Amino acid sequence: MTPLAGRVLYLDNAATSWPKPPGVAEAMTAFLADVGANPGRSGHRRAVEAARLVFDAREGIAELVGASDPLRVVFGANATEALNLALVGLLRPGDRVLCSSMEHNAVMRPLRALEQRGVGVDVVACSSTGELAVADVEAAMRPRTRVIVLTHASNVTGTILPVAAVGRLARDRGLLFCVDAAQTAGAVPIDVVADGIDLLAFTGHKGLLGPMGTGGLVLGDRVDPATLPPLKRGGTGSRSSEELQPDFLPDKYEAGTPNVVGLAGLAAAVRWVLDRGVADVRRHEIALTRRLLTGLAGIEGVTVHGPGDAERQTATVSFTLAGRDPAEVGLLLEEEHDVLCRVGLHCAPAAHRTLGTFPSGTIRFAPGVFTTAEDVDRAVAAVRSIAGGTR
Amino acid sequence: MSASHSVVLVYTVAHAIRIERLLAARGAACRLIPVPRHLSSDCGVCVRIDRADTPLARRVIAEAGLDIEGIAELR
Ligand SMILES: Cc1ncc(COP(=O)(O)O)c(C=O)c1O
Repeated sequence: MTPLAGRVLYLDNAATSWPKPPGVAEAMTAFLADVGANPGRSGHRRAVEAARLVFDAREGIAELVGASDPLRVVFGANATEALNLALVGLLRPGDRVLCSSMEHNAVMRPLRALEQRGVGVDVVACSSTGELAVADVEAAMRPRTRVIVLTHASNVTGTILPVAAVGRLARDRGLLFCVDAAQTAGAVPIDVVADGIDLLAFTGHKGLLGPMGTGGLVLGDRVDPATLPPLKRGGTGSRSSEELQPDFLPDKYEAGTPNVVGLAGLAAAVRWVLDRGVADVRRHEIALTRRLLTGLAGIEGVTVHGPGDAERQTATVSFTLAGRDPAEVGLLLEEEHDVLCRVGLHCAPAAHRTLGTFPSGTIRFAPGVFTTAEDVDRAVAAVRSIAGGTR
Repeated sequence: MSASHSVVLVYTVAHAIRIERLLAARGAACRLIPVPRHLSSDCGVCVRIDRADTPLARRVIAEAGLDIEGIAELR
């Protein structure tokens, strides 16, 4: 244990998961110590071994989200890069795009930048608990609407949005459907085919339990790579005689030496998640969420923002304490109780406006797969002591 | 040994690994090897197969929707 580990209670898994499962750090160390070569750049066995590690990660992600072709999993730095690739690549001036009012800035900022270039952006309002009505999405469609982009679950309230229903709608109307699975991949079951998802952006360091600096985009059958330009161009190790970017997958979107250290860790992490089963992770997190919601409901002055129903959200719970600044509460949680969480706006100002918690934000507890019931009780007790009483 | 083998020439190492794993899943022995000097390829590796498995390899590659450079006999 490092000195920082101590008796700290880490409840910031929505920002990044910690700890990582056994095998992740080991896989990364093993790559650096024993492999170390550049995948696809050379034909020797170490380079091939590096390429295999990357491919293991590709296969793991494909299996986890129900994609049949691992070559349609393209890696990048994180969900943010994947969302930029998807949105900047798909949307042209004159097109319109639909999103919800619960999006993270990883969606909103690319969209607002595209808006300045002539893309129409329609934001569908969610309820004050962050929930999205499919009828409202349908009502917001316009003739030029080309893409619907939705967060699968809010990083502020955990609210799960109805992706399968919106996916069906998108399909019926011939629109492309892009889902930001940063908060759900590895924690909530996803099936890109059954859910009608054409582009799934994921990040490796949250519910997938891998290292930071890994993520990517899963492309469905309805996305023709010829119509989706890459964000960056450069060396791929393939087609070296040509100065044009290769048009085949995954190389088209993977210019530059990949983060093989990270992807080796991600492959091990995803294997762990697959072995445990996302459904089982979900059951555990529902139980923790229920306990947390019940505990918080018993404290005078606490308001939970979000569905307040463990089945309708991820393990992320946002709350405020009457008359108290979230930043002050966050500091007390850390200094007096060694509880680490995130307070404020969580990179999602649109979501906080929807909830009515802008600009001071909320206190966010995000347990994870390694959090226990006792941990949740300790967090609730800490809030009770700061709030100074029981309801 | 070589006379009984062919190689699948691919555009990128990810395709080589995809083919290798699809063939292995069907019980066909194959191996990634550096591209023999007399054959051209970009990515440095190719998939060596038993020549007798060439029809199977073509089928697997077609099913996976992969574009390849070609299949060459080793001699
Ligand atoms: C809903 C949502 N989308 C996108 C992101 C961006 O993820 P990353 O920072 O790994 O790119 C996050 C996390 O920060 C998130 O919670």
